Amino acid sequence: MNITWFLVLSAFLFVIGAAGVLTRRNPLVVLLCLELMLNAGNLALVAFSRMHGGQAGQVFALIVMVIAACEVVIGLGIIVAMYRNRLPIDIDEMSELRG
Amino acid sequence: MWFEQVLFFVAGIGALAGALGVVVVRNPFYSVLALVVHLLALAVLFLLLHAEFIAAAQVVVYAGAVMVLYIFVVAYIGGADEPLRPDGGMLHSFGPLFAGAIGVELCIAFIASGLDALDTRGADLGAGFGSPAEIGQLLLTRFLVPFEAASYLLLVAAVGAVVLARRRRGLEDIGALEEVGAPPDRREPPSETTLEVRV
Amino acid sequence: MSGTSYGWLVLAFPLAGTLVIAFGWLRPGGLPGRLPGWIASGAILGAFLSSIGALIELQDQPEDARSLVDSAWTYASTGDFKVDLSILVDPLSVFMCLVVSGVSFLIHVYSVAYMDGDRGYHRYFAYLNFFVFSMLLLVLAANFVVLIVGWAFVGAASYLLISFWYRRETATRAGIKAFVINVIGDVGLVVAAFLLLDKTGALDYAGVFAQADQVFTHNDGTLVAACLLILVGAFAKSAQLPLHTWLPDAMEGPTPVSALIHAATMVTAGVYLIARTHPLFELAPAAADVGAIVGTATLVFGATVALAVTDLKRTIAYSTISQIGYMVLGVSVFAYGAGLFHLMTHAFFKALLFMGAGSVISAMGGIQDMDRMGGLRKAMPFTFAAFTAGALALAAFPFTSGFFSKDEILAFTVERGGWYLVLAIAGYAGALLTAFYAFRMVFRVFYGNPVAEARELEQGHLAHHAPANPATGEPEDTDVGFPAEEHHIAERERPMRAAMGPLAVLALLAGLVQVPGVSDVIEKFLEPSFADSHFHDTAPSDGSEWIGLVVGGLISLVGIGAAYHAYVRRRGVTLELRDRFPRVHAFLVNKWYFDELFEALFVRPVATAGGFGRAVIETRFVQGFIVGGATGVVRVGSSFARSIQTGYLRGYALLLLLGVALLALYFLLASS
Repeated sequence: MNITWFLVLSAFLFVIGAAGVLTRRNPLVVLLCLELMLNAGNLALVAFSRMHGGQAGQVFALIVMVIAACEVVIGLGIIVAMYRNRLPIDIDEMSELRG
Repeated sequence: MWFEQVLFFVAGIGALAGALGVVVVRNPFYSVLALVVHLLALAVLFLLLHAEFIAAAQVVVYAGAVMVLYIFVVAYIGGADEPLRPDGGMLHSFGPLFAGAIGVELCIAFIASGLDALDTRGADLGAGFGSPAEIGQLLLTRFLVPFEAASYLLLVAAVGAVVLARRRRGLEDIGALEEVGAPPDRREPPSETTLEVRV
Repeated sequence: MSGTSYGWLVLAFPLAGTLVIAFGWLRPGGLPGRLPGWIASGAILGAFLSSIGALIELQDQPEDARSLVDSAWTYASTGDFKVDLSILVDPLSVFMCLVVSGVSFLIHVYSVAYMDGDRGYHRYFAYLNFFVFSMLLLVLAANFVVLIVGWAFVGAASYLLISFWYRRETATRAGIKAFVINVIGDVGLVVAAFLLLDKTGALDYAGVFAQADQVFTHNDGTLVAACLLILVGAFAKSAQLPLHTWLPDAMEGPTPVSALIHAATMVTAGVYLIARTHPLFELAPAAADVGAIVGTATLVFGATVALAVTDLKRTIAYSTISQIGYMVLGVSVFAYGAGLFHLMTHAFFKALLFMGAGSVISAMGGIQDMDRMGGLRKAMPFTFAAFTAGALALAAFPFTSGFFSKDEILAFTVERGGWYLVLAIAGYAGALLTAFYAFRMVFRVFYGNPVAEARELEQGHLAHHAPANPATGEPEDTDVGFPAEEHHIAERERPMRAAMGPLAVLALLAGLVQVPGVSDVIEKFLEPSFADSHFHDTAPSDGSEWIGLVVGGLISLVGIGAAYHAYVRRRGVTLELRDRFPRVHAFLVNKWYFDELFEALFVRPVATAGGFGRAVIETRFVQGFIVGGATGVVRVGSSFARSIQTGYLRGYALLLLLGVALLALYFLLASS
């Protein structure tokens, strides 16, 4: 039961989430993959907290959860606004930040 | 002991399966469900790490509230099956490649690093490790500022959500319609304004 | 007040005049009427009176202490080398100050009336005062640095005044030509100063001349080179061969400018320079001989060309070139007193001739061509009298000022003996030609049948022509940058008569201060400046001087008689001569083809090189390759950077991930 295994698992989860962000076109799914990455980070934080015996990692993970929740709220709000304004729900169509 | 290891592997496989499901499955509704499975597996892993409060919060807040919100939105929007776009070429091939590269690097970092502590089972824990009392104490003493900042963040998110969700008539009253930038009832996508820099 | 305080006042008055007039222009409407002219004249009168004050103070000193130096501040001081802004008040500089400020004052008074009505009245007098300031600075300098500063200012003022009517293209081109040739002289002078500084370690006159005796041997190579370079500077400023081509073109400026700058003062700066640096020339007689030869060649050249040209002002310009040749010859054979005496008398009669010419041209309505003039004697009696007085002095008619001064130079030349006799004979031949062309002008303009303008003037009605460029004939308007419409003649303007009168008197009588054997004012006055001259004792005896004077007087009478015969008695004989020797005439009228020579030797190659530079180097290399290359590189780079900004979120995310991967790789490698 090494801590290493937890960390390796967290790395895999992070990587899967990253691949998902890059490959999916539906913004809802992209947000879900972002959640994956955040959770992977949480897992690593809690693992390190167990390793050191201090609780700072767990507090950190709690705050990350709060942030994730806020981000999800706003992200979904944006997607709903997009839907309401009859824009296509496709990340590639939202390409106005260009030079 | 062996029980822990078995539980670790079961939860680990569950987490990985859920993650893969989120990424691979076409229907967004099923992706959300896969994420719920992933979150539950992660809660089990947290329990294994003696982080009881975090595990509980994960289940209640994340799987309970956030995912419910997600399901509502997916139901509202619909989220049709994505067609496979041939144009996604570069991103489709390189994205997973770079992500995989990061994964390899992280694994090398973890496994091959000389951190002694990683090989151990962890430090000796006190009695109340991971309990709400300890965490609450930390939140109100050592981590007070992040705690307050997080509450601000929640306030901002709530206000933002309200603004985003208002009906257009409400937005016109406060003149925020122009900032949202959406003229009423337009079928076509907004005109592309490009900023050309000429040398 | 001490002598040098007067010296500073001499400089301060014209400078103040310039500034007052220049700032007066800022007042709405400028200064009223002829006020700028009177302010300028007043400033120069102040300078003249201060020069007299300096003269009196100087004469109070004992003879061997008549060299006062005063410095205002130090430019540079390292070790034992020191350069100041200092002035030198000694007989030579006071003499020059008196001549310059006196004649300038009269010309200012003349200009007050002559330039009235010109849109650039303010500008004219500001420039004119600035010029006088520069000339006085040059003359009062006590070291080479201030001399070069004054030299350069004078060149700049000359440029400004030649191109005074700046909308006339011929005028601006003439100004540029004058300036370029002046710069050649400037370079010579500066390099000479460097050479002297290098060898003697000093730049002030006292230091250089004291060291020169010890450092240089007779005809030392470096000294000869330095003196030759000084001569280059002198020839450029004094319009000697071959750097003379700018002076006739400089007649594009207003007539009083020609009178002041190109007759009386600026062109004499070269003569002053040779006289001032005489210890160096006496140590390097080779350079002095070069000066004598060039002076003689120039005087012959100027006299021959003046026989053929028909533009009134240009005839007088070539006469100036010729007369300065006499002065250069004089100071090069170490006859300093004679050379400077001729400088003074020449200032009087040449300024007078130009003033008369200005009056004549005004009467003719702006026409300068002598072919179209005639019979103005009855219509313009005062101008006729003044002009004739000047011509008599120029021709060295017996007992006029020019008579004594020119023939004294030739007597000194004869006295030197040896091959200088050839120069003296050339000088006498030039005197014959001078007498002839001087009265050629008088007879052609004032005698003969009155032309239409003269008849109109006799009726009391000043002729008027459509404004046009006198050289090319192209029509102009009379706005700022072009001459005024109204013309002023001496008979009607008192300031013009007030200026020409004293000059006529001086031209006729000023010679009496230096009659051989009788009076010796100039020589005695200048002696302290030239006390260290080795050649001071080779003055001709009174007897030989009188023989020279008699010869000169006879020559002058013969010349005047020949002119009378050619232009009054048997009119048309010169036209027959011209038809019989067309090539000689063409050679003379085209000024010995110097302009064409310079055009082929210098102007055209430089223009071609410039064209090549513009077409190939500038356009293709610099614009295309260097500038275009730099902008091209930036453009390519920025277009590449722009291509990353696609707007696709997923693309940005990919780049982010890529960056993270690379960073992680770096840290992994760094820690291993």
